[in-house]
Amino acid sequence: MDAQTPLFPSAYDMKAPAGAEGWESIYPYYVLFRPEKRAEEDGKFWFCNSQHWPTPFRPFDTIMVDFATKGLGQYNTRHLLVPPANGVDYRILNGYVYFSPIGVAPEDIEARIPQFLERAGHYYMNWDALLANWKTKVMAAIEELDAIQFEPLPEVVDVDWVKEGRGLDNTYDLFNRYDDAIRLCYKIWQYHFEFLNLGYAAYLDFFGFLKGEFPQIPDQAIAKMVQGVDSELFRPDDELKKLAKLAVEKGLSPVFESDHVDVILADLATKPGGKEWLAAWEEAKDPWFNFTSGNGFYSTDKYWIDHLDIPMTYLKDYIKRIEAGDEIMRPTDKLLAERDRITAEYREMMDDEAQAVFDQKLGLSRTVFPYVEDHNFYIEHWALGVFWRKMRQLSKLLMDQGLWDSEDGMFFLSRNEVRDVLWDYSAAWAIGTSLQGATHWPEEIRRRRGIVDALASQSPQPALNNPPEVITEPFTIMLWGITSDSIKRWVGEGSTDGALHGMAGSPGVVEGVARVLRSPDQLGELQKGEILVTPVTAPSWAPVFGKIGAAVTDIGGMMSHAAIVCREYGLPAVTGTGNASSRIKTGMRVRVDGNAGTVTILE
Amino acid sequence: MKTDGRYTLSFDAIGKHDLARVGGKCASLGEMTQAGVAVPPGFAVTTDGYLAMLEQTGLRAEIERHLHGVDPEDFDALDRAAQAIRIRIRGHRIPSEVEAAIRDAYASMGGDTPVAVRSSATAEDLPDASFAGQQDTYLWVRGADAVVEKVRDCWASLFATRAVAYRERNRIPHADVNMSVGVQKMVNARAAGVAMSLDPVNGDRTRIVIDASWGLGEMVVSGVVTPDNYSVEKVLMEIIDRKISDKHVELIGDAERGETVEREVDEARRATPCLSDAQVIAVAQLAKRLEKQNGCPQDVEWAIDADLPDGENLLALQSRPETIWSQKKKDKPRNPYATGMMSIVGTLNNPYGSKR
Repeated sequence: MDAQTPLFPSAYDMKAPAGAEGWESIYPYYVLFRPEKRAEEDGKFWFCNSQHWPTPFRPFDTIMVDFATKGLGQYNTRHLLVPPANGVDYRILNGYVYFSPIGVAPEDIEARIPQFLERAGHYYMNWDALLANWKTKVMAAIEELDAIQFEPLPEVVDVDWVKEGRGLDNTYDLFNRYDDAIRLCYKIWQYHFEFLNLGYAAYLDFFGFLKGEFPQIPDQAIAKMVQGVDSELFRPDDELKKLAKLAVEKGLSPVFESDHVDVILADLATKPGGKEWLAAWEEAKDPWFNFTSGNGFYSTDKYWIDHLDIPMTYLKDYIKRIEAGDEIMRPTDKLLAERDRITAEYREMMDDEAQAVFDQKLGLSRTVFPYVEDHNFYIEHWALGVFWRKMRQLSKLLMDQGLWDSEDGMFFLSRNEVRDVLWDYSAAWAIGTSLQGATHWPEEIRRRRGIVDALASQSPQPALNNPPEVITEPFTIMLWGITSDSIKRWVGEGSTDGALHGMAGSPGVVEGVARVLRSPDQLGELQKGEILVTPVTAPSWAPVFGKIGAAVTDIGGMMSHAAIVCREYGLPAVTGTGNASSRIKTGMRVRVDGNAGTVTILE
Repeated sequence: MKTDGRYTLSFDAIGKHDLARVGGKCASLGEMTQAGVAVPPGFAVTTDGYLAMLEQTGLRAEIERHLHGVDPEDFDALDRAAQAIRIRIRGHRIPSEVEAAIRDAYASMGGDTPVAVRSSATAEDLPDASFAGQQDTYLWVRGADAVVEKVRDCWASLFATRAVAYRERNRIPHADVNMSVGVQKMVNARAAGVAMSLDPVNGDRTRIVIDASWGLGEMVVSGVVTPDNYSVEKVLMEIIDRKISDKHVELIGDAERGETVEREVDEARRATPCLSDAQVIAVAQLAKRLEKQNGCPQDVEWAIDADLPDGENLLALQSRPETIWSQKKKDKPRNPYATGMMSIVGTLNNPYGSKR
């Protein structure tokens, strides 16, 4: 390769797939690679964040990448002044989002250090108290969001409002409630990043120290020393297991043979012990069924609480396994003992001076790490689940007004266009005329849906332009597993043995039959002992981790969900392979080596 | 096992305080036996037996005479003297009560069981004990007469030219080094080798490195074959690296002839791993256990016995402290450890993954 040719293509040379012409029109101007800025944009390295956004955006769904990148950036740049790192810039290209970390100029780093010490130091020193306060704030926001109700505008303003001299109509509340929902989503995303990068920074420090002491220590060994065993992220799955046990204890298993969740629940009400089980089920639902089988970032995400058939499928599987004599509960005592053993054995290999440093760094890592896992339940699953439920309610309400003809129509509008629609609806209602949008949106939504479908037919480029000589941005390394080595893997360097190379996410070696999944809807296809191969996994896939042999993902670092859950379940995992889900086909026999980070196709 | 406690001592009766009477090798076998590590059974012929030989036959005086006035720098003179001593030792009968004790102990192992006869010198306080006493080993010895003869050969090996030269050069009185002999049931090794509880290449204590080949482990130790090589992560007990080699010869016991024979490994087995993954982990567990027991990294000889059932067939033959890396001072980090907030700043400015 000659020095002049960039490793990855320029955004400006990428063609949209057929049928996606004019895709730029469905996204706001500020997320596009604008022709006027070509020289500047081509000078930066962009990587596709398919870990968080594996499929193209519907216009409304860009709200999540807007708020997420802004939240990440504000904490690095304005709250904490992380010395070397500002935020991560983002652009949408052919429906996929590309990220580019914004570093701090080397000459400005020094000056930020005192501020960082004061600000971040305060968080580390007061972690538990601040975190307790965080939970209170987040719960309050969720409660406020949950209370929002969207109702169609009435035929006439309530007579009581007239008599009490309120002077305002129902459209006033409609606007406020929509704005409140967006405002609360924005608030939640800011909270999301309040602790996150601090958690990662302390962990990276611990990680680097251990790599200095033991250059060959596996990444997963370090992760195992700090990982919690009672993370709230595992609670939804644990609740299902408890419900499965209860069903077996009460002799209710035959009821669960029906294919319909409604039939099962109705049937249970008539059985002895059924009422008690139903009470436990109701108890578990709130909040633990606020759990998505996606990652919370898409309007298409399905939450358990809205789709009871999803947890019911897992539950039925657990009942079958209990009856087959499997132990399904996570052995938390054993996991904890194992964590202590690993920690003690590495510690013993250090000298006294190193041990003292180790103790201090381990202590901080263990203090901060639960947030890294737990926040995911509170924000992505619970809070965003409530947000999406409210937005779906609004979309349906507006469909009923004739603005579009499908329940998901609103998600093909941007969040600001939705405000225009609310105006259209309010004005027409007030004036006593028909909606302008009724003759505009159905056709426009069809066009946009066609574009999004066409965009999805083409995979994204892993990156754009030239990577820097070394990746130094700490959060890029931690969150996305992007290092100089992983970039080499993307362009196919260093793979002479035909094996796929990724990160050693969770230890162990397993051979088995691959099952390639592209969407959570396919989870039911997984057979016991198969190797799960997928672009990216979400925590809510936990129930299937009890029956697979290993996991392989295209995207993700040592702290990716797949790696965390696999370590928890004691399964091998190789993450960040780049393209395993396209190179491996369902039915192939593969060998997953979670120690070396390789996947070999055997036949 | 029927041992008299004076001239012979069963491995399961050897304690720490017996070191001076049984030498380093037998003491380690005794310790492992008592700690419940699977070790082939056997007994030590104590240094009392050796001393009785020296006293009752007048050998002590003979030895002194032969070495008197020999110039330690004159290798030929030294070689002649050492050879003469060895011939003299082999020329004397073992005192009858010592011989009777050896025969009784051997008989109690079951008639004419094939055994390994190994020298076990008492020079453990010396930094490099292996040169102070030549470590002779005779494999696949069978029958009481042969055992008695090999015990005497081991005693004689204390006066191998190289050992004598070493003691002369280092001014170690010859009488300070005594010889015990281990008589141990022969392992019918299907595969064997060594395990180091650190990486010998770089001293990394998080690794256990295993060399393994077909047959007895002597081929691995002497470097005649390129063994299969495994690197196991010590804490997670996961195989990190494996190199399967072409293992062209193996050393196996010939019970009829009472000796070991070298034979070609057939084509099909040569490039086949000689251990299953489970066996690799079992060997690593053994090395880890011995390191913990001895409080420092170990160099372990082990074998998989073809005659024992799976799960009970891994035997430890020897364990000794690793000497090269353990004596090196750990390189101190150039800068003192960074701690607290400044360490986090340092990490952010130069995160681990960014290093080349």
